Amino acid sequence: MEHLQNLISETTLPDMMFYVFATLTLGFGALVIANPFSRNPVTSAMFLVLTIISMAGLFVLLHAFFLAAVQIIVYAGAVMVLFLFVIMMLDLKAEQHRKIKKVAIVAGLLSVGAIVCIFLKSLHATNFNAHDSPTTEGDTALLGKLLFSQYVLPFEVVSVLLLVAMVGVILLSKKDLK
Amino acid sequence: MHVGLEHYLTVSFLLFALGMLGVIMRRNLLVIYMSLELMLNAANLALVSFSRFNDNLNGQVLVFFIITVAAAEVSVGLALIVALYRRRQSAHVEDLTTMKL
Repeated sequence: MEHLQNLISETTLPDMMFYVFATLTLGFGALVIANPFSRNPVTSAMFLVLTIISMAGLFVLLHAFFLAAVQIIVYAGAVMVLFLFVIMMLDLKAEQHRKIKKVAIVAGLLSVGAIVCIFLKSLHATNFNAHDSPTTEGDTALLGKLLFSQYVLPFEVVSVLLLVAMVGVILLSKKDLK
Repeated sequence: MHVGLEHYLTVSFLLFALGMLGVIMRRNLLVIYMSLELMLNAANLALVSFSRFNDNLNGQVLVFFIITVAAAEVSVGLALIVALYRRRQSAHVEDLTTMKL
């Protein structure tokens, strides 16, 4: 009991928020891939939105304010709307009658469990020279300066990539592909 | 216990594992695609936490680029899925076995 009280008094508010957001992220993430109540892709998409929003909370805790905003605007906004539009266009009624195969569950759990073991073992064995009290602030001004000085070439290349993606999508959505 | 780099990396690992489990387990193309997004986000979380705890902003710039590329990738991938659905009337990987001998 006293140990628990010590633990609680030592935990600061950001640390507590970390545990809250981490639990939310992982919980919603689990509901994306396997929801016991619904096999509908729309529910998966909705839980993916919630996962991304709680992840933006983790970004704020890491002082990456700009990325937290971008995460919500681009992922929870644009990308998820795209997903929902596509789900709406496809008729996925047949999906709800299909069950997940038992073999797939066993194989998935085995392989993923092995990889998690490797991850955690390597994490345990690594000695990080990390700062205990980091000072990096990911605010917009600093990131913008970096983006337009050191990373200006990749920035321009990414714009070409977006153009290519746009042309590709228009070509793919044509009725008769040649 | 003070929350440090290890805690964030553990969350990132577990999220990546969840995404991978989804890719292996589910048979719907759209849900597989969402699981891929989950894995991508896990990598982003790892990069942001490395950037924070090593006092280096380059990681965050990399995450910015990853988000941009992911948006382009999602648009092309979903267009492919729609084109596939138009031809086969199915978004289920078990129905797409043309390459099977």
